[in-house]
Amino acid sequence: MSMDKRIHKLKVNDKNELNILNIGLEIFYNDLRKQGVNAIHVAWKPPVKLEKDIEDILSKVM
Amino acid sequence: MSLAEEIEKANETAVNRMMEAQALWVDIGEARKIIPGFKDMMLTHAGPPITWNKASGPLRGALIGAAILEGWANSPDEAIKLLERGEIVLKPNHELNAVGPMAGVISPSMPVIVVKDPKYGNYAYSNLNEGIGKVLRYGAYDKSVLDRLKWMHDELYPALKAAVDLIVKEKGGLDLKSIIAQALNMGDECHNRHMAATSLFINEVMEYLIKADLPKDQLLRVLSFMKNNTFTFLNFAMAAAKVFTLAGHNIKYSTIVTVMSRNGTEVGIWVSGLGNTWFTAPAPIPKGVFFPGFSQNDANPDIGDSAITETAGFGGFAMAAAPAIISWVGGTVDYALEITNKMYQITHTKHRYFKIPYLSFQGTPVGIDIRKVLKTGIEPTLNTGIAHKEPGVGQIGAGIVSIPMDLFKQALRKYAEVYGIT
Repeated sequence: MSMDKRIHKLKVNDKNELNILNIGLEIFYNDLRKQGVNAIHVAWKPPVKLEKDIEDILSKVM
Repeated sequence: MSLAEEIEKANETAVNRMMEAQALWVDIGEARKIIPGFKDMMLTHAGPPITWNKASGPLRGALIGAAILEGWANSPDEAIKLLERGEIVLKPNHELNAVGPMAGVISPSMPVIVVKDPKYGNYAYSNLNEGIGKVLRYGAYDKSVLDRLKWMHDELYPALKAAVDLIVKEKGGLDLKSIIAQALNMGDECHNRHMAATSLFINEVMEYLIKADLPKDQLLRVLSFMKNNTFTFLNFAMAAAKVFTLAGHNIKYSTIVTVMSRNGTEVGIWVSGLGNTWFTAPAPIPKGVFFPGFSQNDANPDIGDSAITETAGFGGFAMAAAPAIISWVGGTVDYALEITNKMYQITHTKHRYFKIPYLSFQGTPVGIDIRKVLKTGIEPTLNTGIAHKEPGVGQIGAGIVSIPMDLFKQALRKYAEVYGIT
């Protein structure tokens, strides 16, 4: 399946409506909702980048 | 038991003790007579240790005012000379189990409230709240400020002493924990909003002020002062928070934060399993809403012991309980909700007694875990008053601020050293 077809399949349901899963910046989700688009938001951000010694200690205390 | 399991067990103990601790207002008296370790020619202050030469404007203003109030100096210049020469000892409130909002300066003759935790045997102390605007704790020290402080000593303090003595005689003390729990259900978060808590407090105290048989004009001045200052309860809430967090302090292996405080130059934390070691970093400048005539450029870096409320699981961490606080500290109601929701990710559990109606009476986030702060990258968020950066001006607004990540890195490195993690 080509990339274009996969994206099309994800975005449109049987009734030809858009269903959006928004990841990251909530402002995009809020704008979609204001336009009446079905959307759910996942509050996600990239993992925190920490110094190696902090990562090492955390791996032993968590 | 693995180290991780040992830490979980210690944190469960620490936070459980913080939640189960009691907070009874049992006394009021002059700091030098009431606070163990308080000495003459000593001024205590908010935040980590600091010297005069590093103190910011509002702390300097409060120290100058307190030196004049005590009669050690007759003018600001004389007070500055005493402070420059180190003739006045400066000590953090937290090191004497005391707390004070903003500059938090307590001088020997200032009346301080005593809050007792009969369950774990701890005592905590705080001064009395002066109101907002031009007040000592925001660095103002003109005649009106000093006159108000003298009145608080000469008239408010004896009235409250008479009332609390009767309260103790009748029921052992005034239960501050139940006032906080109730106020959280009435739209306060008990750091920067005390509309409900102050009313509840006055309702409780009124009967005893009347029973104390004070002269009618004194009684009316006392009631009017407390009624017109919605922050009357702040210092009581802070002393309660201090006695809660004391119960969770010094638990071996625990990674829970038990002090979070700012002196206007630096912010510092204590961690339960690391005793009274300060971890410090430059204090951030709060963003917020300013009184007419002032702007962000006038703001001093964050200051005050009042972050003890968030440390104990309310204040900014309970913002979702207090949508109306937005008019005071800025932001939106959604943002207040977002702050509370984020704080769940860096805390040990949900509070057993402090609940948020809007979140279906879910407990507030309680017990900041340094491991979770670092793992998630979420900094503890507080709401706070904003002081003018120059001494002598006072409060210029209120806002929101986060505690920098660097403190938690320092604490974790020290933790590894102390507990032999290699």
